Amino acid sequence: MDFRLTDDQRALQEGVRKLLEGRFGRERLRAAVDGPGAEPVPSLDRALWRELGDAGFFGLRLPERDGGVGLGLPEAVLAFEEAGRALLPGPLVATHLAAGTVPGAATGKTVVARVDGELVEWLDAADHVLGNAAGAVPVRSVDPLTPLHRVPGAAGERGAVTGSGVVTGSGAESGSGAAGGFGAADAVLAALLTAAEQLGSAGRTTEAAVRYAREREQFGRPIGSFQAVKHLCAQMLVRTETARAAVYGAAVTGDAVEIAGAKLLADDAAVRNARDCLQVHGGMGFTWEADVHLHLKRAWTRAERWPAEREAAELLAAALR
Amino acid sequence: MDLTCTEEEEEFRARLRAWLAATLPGLPPRPDPRDWPGRRAYDTAWQRRLYDAGYAGLHWPADAGGHGATPTQHLIFLEETELAGAPYVGANFVGLLHAGPTIAAEGTLAQRSRWLPPILRGDEIWCQGFSEPDAGSDLASLRTRAVRDGDAYVVTGSKIWTSHAEVADWCELLVRTRPVSADVPGHRGITWLALPMNAPGVTVRPLRTLAGTTEFAEMFLDEVRVPAAHRVGEENDGWRVTMVTLSFERGTAFVGEVVACRRTLRALAEAARGNGRWDDQEVRRALGRLNAEFTALWRLTQWNVSEAQRAGGVPGNGGSVFKLRYSHARQELYDTAARVLGPGCLDLAHDWTTDRLSSLSYTIAAGTSQIQRNIVADRVLGLPKGR
Repeated sequence: MDFRLTDDQRALQEGVRKLLEGRFGRERLRAAVDGPGAEPVPSLDRALWRELGDAGFFGLRLPERDGGVGLGLPEAVLAFEEAGRALLPGPLVATHLAAGTVPGAATGKTVVARVDGELVEWLDAADHVLGNAAGAVPVRSVDPLTPLHRVPGAAGERGAVTGSGVVTGSGAESGSGAAGGFGAADAVLAALLTAAEQLGSAGRTTEAAVRYAREREQFGRPIGSFQAVKHLCAQMLVRTETARAAVYGAAVTGDAVEIAGAKLLADDAAVRNARDCLQVHGGMGFTWEADVHLHLKRAWTRAERWPAEREAAELLAAALR
Repeated sequence: MDLTCTEEEEEFRARLRAWLAATLPGLPPRPDPRDWPGRRAYDTAWQRRLYDAGYAGLHWPADAGGHGATPTQHLIFLEETELAGAPYVGANFVGLLHAGPTIAAEGTLAQRSRWLPPILRGDEIWCQGFSEPDAGSDLASLRTRAVRDGDAYVVTGSKIWTSHAEVADWCELLVRTRPVSADVPGHRGITWLALPMNAPGVTVRPLRTLAGTTEFAEMFLDEVRVPAAHRVGEENDGWRVTMVTLSFERGTAFVGEVVACRRTLRALAEAARGNGRWDDQEVRRALGRLNAEFTALWRLTQWNVSEAQRAGGVPGNGGSVFKLRYSHARQELYDTAARVLGPGCLDLAHDWTTDRLSSLSYTIAAGTSQIQRNIVADRVLGLPKGR
């Protein structure tokens, strides 16, 4: 047993981080939020989407013979964690899961959206929509980088998730489903990848809070020297590291119940860490200019993806036998 | 990210399982928790069985009489013994997990051969004399004084929270051998001594906890003579010697407890389904959240053990993260048990009621949550020192 990342996994993690820092650094993030094309609905950066495809972000789990990278769920989780850190926008999970079944998804040529609940992300930007989006109504989304539509009565699209079983994580068999739809296994994989994004956000807001607490001075010293602030930051790390163990463990086992637990803890870590990060930033944290609100709003958005807290808790309770 | 065990580790697990299955049915009934001599006899008899079967001091180095097991093997041992319902380490705790490893790491050859074999065989019990009434979280401010007089130290002071003091043969004692001054910070004047509990001048008084039990004791030391040969490490170097001790837990201190908590959680769900509380959505979802929590704590344990294994057995700061989360989760577990029990939560006849009371110590003992957060903030996050 060695739960830690292998050298290859570390290299992958660093590679994705560097790629995103170079192609979607802070300036690009703020341009996406504030620049031309941000209002009323943000536009998807097609060139970036292609680059992600070229880098193997979408085809990560596809077998090499199908043009993929041939890696597994743990590697996909590491890549999505980096996406969460960087606040990378777009229907990343839907497109990743469609690689191998929807032509062009793996290469980033085709942008894919999924209807797997009442709220659908990036519907207008998508070239291909999985599920039935009939009757979709635009929502004034709280997250400036996640356009939303509401599809009445779409919760049933997901297929039944019984709370038992293991998803294999092989790209060849996930993503497939009748008539361009998707099965319960896809919903479980989507939950895991969402949890990974939340984990990335939780880690990023912890770092941001710590950096600010080291630099910001009041009463003649860094606010990070005050225990009241230290303890907020320490709890942020505890949440992040607990969520990390849960998400990585779920990626290794692929167990549907464990994935529900990972989503629950990662949602909690992302949302509460963003809140605490905002608090540590004081008045600055309440401004549009600081990035904290972007993390909080995205964390709220991802927390609503299946399974939301109530759904995860029920699944986890039912599994107690 | 590999959670599978090697063939060798699986063989170890299988052998252990077979031994537990053959051994446990032959154990005598557990003694009453208030019967201290009975508890000592039970715990030491179990230790002797482990010794005879080759499981004593599993994670101790081979040259200390142990088996030099890897943290993963130790994890398997703790997991399997808990799953099988084997006795706990009990009164052997301090000897096996604190005092023994310290002597193994810092003691002379004579000290090692005198004290280590009896710990492994279950012949001698140790207790821990660290905390004092005025030195809890701020342990380095301890005031129990030791003055050198010929070939002995003369020790005067008092200790508190000393588990198993009533039945212990030895106490790993921290004493002040150099007064604190402007030039000498508290932790620079501390010495580690092995105190024989039958020495004249030692008085033990049981301390009743809010759970009604006497798990702890106060210890009063009135001019107790301790041979200088019982000093482990150099004079005034006891703080460092003690920190070596603490690092021997290797992040595995709570392995058995996490396994036990997961079993309790399943029992809670079963009880709730039986008594109708399951229909209460809030109770049901609280149980579901605890399922996520304790699964994650198990994964966090595996994470910490993996890190310790790579670092040659020395645990990282992951221990503080784990302890903060676990101590809180354990209290949540028993608060939820109370919701499942309903009015029954006031009945001490339920184990969960007494366990709920005991759980209150978890955010205090072995470093309060507040101290743990300071450790995380200062050592892991690198925030500036302050108060």
